[in-house]
Amino acid sequence: MQSIVEFKNIFKSYPGVIANDDVSFNIEEQSIHAILGENGAGKSTLVKILYGHVKPDSGEILINSDLAIINSPSTAKNLGINMVFQHFSLFESLTVAENLILGMNENISLTKLKDKSKTICDKYGFNLNLNSPISSLSVGQRQSVEIVRSLLNNPKILIMDEPTSVLTPDEISKLFKIIKNLVKDGLTVIFISHKLEEIINLSDYVTIMRNGKVVSTISTQNENPETLGYKMLGYKVSEVKHESNINFSQEIFNIKNLSTQSKDPFTINLNKIDLSLKKGQIFGIAGVAGNGQKELMEILLNENDYEFSGDIFFKDLNINNLSTFQRKSLSISYVTEERLGHSAVPEMSLSENIFLSMNHKSEFKKGDFINFEKINSYASDVIKNFNVDTPSYHVKAGKLSGGNLQKFIIGREIMSNPQLLILSQPTWGIDAGSEAFIKKTIVELSQKGVSIIIISHDLDELLEVCHQISVLYEGSLSNPLNVEDINIAKLGKYMGGLFD
Amino acid sequence: MSIELIIGILNIVLISTTPLVFAGIGELVTEKSGVLNLGLEGLMLVGAVTGFITLVLTGNYFYSLFLSIISGVILSGIFAFLVLNLMTNQIATGLALTIFGIGLSAMLGKKLGGTPIDGLNPYYFIVISFLLVFFVAYFLSKTKIGLIVRAVGENHNSAYALGYNVIKTRYLTIIFGGVMSSLAGYYISICYAPMWQEGMTAGRGWIALALVVFATWKPWRLLVGAYIFGGVAIMQMNLQAIGVKLPGQFFNMMPYLATIIVLVFISSNKIRLKLSAPSSLNIPFEKNQ
Repeated sequence: MQSIVEFKNIFKSYPGVIANDDVSFNIEEQSIHAILGENGAGKSTLVKILYGHVKPDSGEILINSDLAIINSPSTAKNLGINMVFQHFSLFESLTVAENLILGMNENISLTKLKDKSKTICDKYGFNLNLNSPISSLSVGQRQSVEIVRSLLNNPKILIMDEPTSVLTPDEISKLFKIIKNLVKDGLTVIFISHKLEEIINLSDYVTIMRNGKVVSTISTQNENPETLGYKMLGYKVSEVKHESNINFSQEIFNIKNLSTQSKDPFTINLNKIDLSLKKGQIFGIAGVAGNGQKELMEILLNENDYEFSGDIFFKDLNINNLSTFQRKSLSISYVTEERLGHSAVPEMSLSENIFLSMNHKSEFKKGDFINFEKINSYASDVIKNFNVDTPSYHVKAGKLSGGNLQKFIIGREIMSNPQLLILSQPTWGIDAGSEAFIKKTIVELSQKGVSIIIISHDLDELLEVCHQISVLYEGSLSNPLNVEDINIAKLGKYMGGLFD
Repeated sequence: MSIELIIGILNIVLISTTPLVFAGIGELVTEKSGVLNLGLEGLMLVGAVTGFITLVLTGNYFYSLFLSIISGVILSGIFAFLVLNLMTNQIATGLALTIFGIGLSAMLGKKLGGTPIDGLNPYYFIVISFLLVFFVAYFLSKTKIGLIVRAVGENHNSAYALGYNVIKTRYLTIIFGGVMSSLAGYYISICYAPMWQEGMTAGRGWIALALVVFATWKPWRLLVGAYIFGGVAIMQMNLQAIGVKLPGQFFNMMPYLATIIVLVFISSNKIRLKLSAPSSLNIPFEKNQ
């Protein structure tokens, strides 16, 4: 077979990081070629270079053995390269038809578009209503729109950036069937993922990247998840040790019959959520993104007076109407999903960021002034105790890498001695070392009697750390499952909304 | 009130409202692509004075119209370069454009200020203004380029990722808006007045800006809104003539008050806001390289 894409010595650096370091490998025509690597390994940068979205500092790309200068997405599309983005590039207030038209290279009438998209939908089993606005679609449907939009251009190469990260196991197997059919019909698919099993199930070849460099390009035939994982990480991450079968008794946090009735089509309504959390317990809330996680976190934090019915109790005290700071004063701590802009202000120093989260505590104030001595020593304790790699607490939060900043934020909250810690996506998008450290920290914290709630899309993480897991699906929370008796098939059913 | 009086009032409303339609529809297109241009007042004044001076010096309506349009292209082109390429703050740059336009037009018009000219028949422009609203409504909702303009204003990162040239699209819509403002100014100094006087647009640029929000970025509503705003201004004079004692300031305040009410109405509901205002409005676009 012939190579359709050849990367030759691609180099790309950003201030402080080398995203792609001398990357060279070939992709064969009509194959499924996976690019595997951790978050931050340089996979996304590489395909964005291929798609003309990012300019490389040096290096060449050959398409069908011809040198291709791809300096914008439109040149890439003219060369037959299309991309399905990880965070969808759809226009929410426009209809499906309008979104499809916007993705087409040629001008086309609405009736012709209908014919063409119908042919594609029938052939590969998509189900689209052209007149509905994107805002009314589920995540899986949105991805269908993205894929159909790419296929309308008759591409030769289709890049898919982490296409499964937002799908249920059921939707994933459907997607894989579609991808295999597309390749049979002549397409070459470049598939980015950090999920090992998916890659082995789906792809013919895999290029493994680590720290911006290509480790190797191999056929997936003789690989299994462990061998691939070892190649991806370069070392084995220590598994978190977990004492199971602990008897939890004292209830500390309790949600009763929590519902919301928002008329906003852009939000998910929560439906009669019940949750009971014991002292020292780690409780995971799993589920595909966009099933009410954001709304639930909003209510737990109470930053915006989100309206809801039902009751929330912390140690028998109803906290429904308590503000964020009042809740913090009761020793509930929060780590929100967005590190920059929500958990921390990027333009402010680390010690200033300490104060912003702790200003309900009088010890950090001198009258109406900030007690800098106190917050500086608090900041340096956090940096020391939580392995934050930074020269000093004067460094701006935005200068820290994702993993370091997350360790700092989680450390900041833990050092305030919470009795309940609520985390949302605690290890999203950070390096494996920090991830392992954070998981270990969370488990140790629970052993000291702190109760923890983790809202996460990362099933592996939840299975590793939590005692109990519930699944959130379209605003409903499933019954809790003990981690010891969970199997993936059951969890998959739950994530598709089929609770017991 | 006699029939004649009513027809007379309607006629005045028609004549006095047209500049709002021109400037408003131009700004609507600019904002649909995600750029807020607060420089309308300045653009109008420079368009007005350029047309006026050219007419006085050459006596040729075509030249004066042409140069007035060119002034809009140049000024809005500078604005576009600043906010799109140098990524300056749109609000500050727009305000600067207004202040600059007020000063520049006053300086240019100083010598020839009182010169009498023969005005143009306003009805041509009135007809054109209606056609223009029709054209823009059709363009935005039915054509592919119109769809691209809306897409760029809705989510510029997605539009770029799909291969559209965000900067070029915005250059075109900003310049279209600039030319429409110049035409509004030209109409004021050549048809409506016809004369030149410092600051003669009298805040119409701001009313046009308010109008776009009042119309929730929809062309036909903009036309209706323009005539409501224009009608209120004319009513003031006529009510005074028949002896109703309301202070003039009360009427001057009306367009802004109405706009604030509309703003509160659409902002009170997140969905309504999301479906009516272009989501990328006033957000600078940075290509990631």
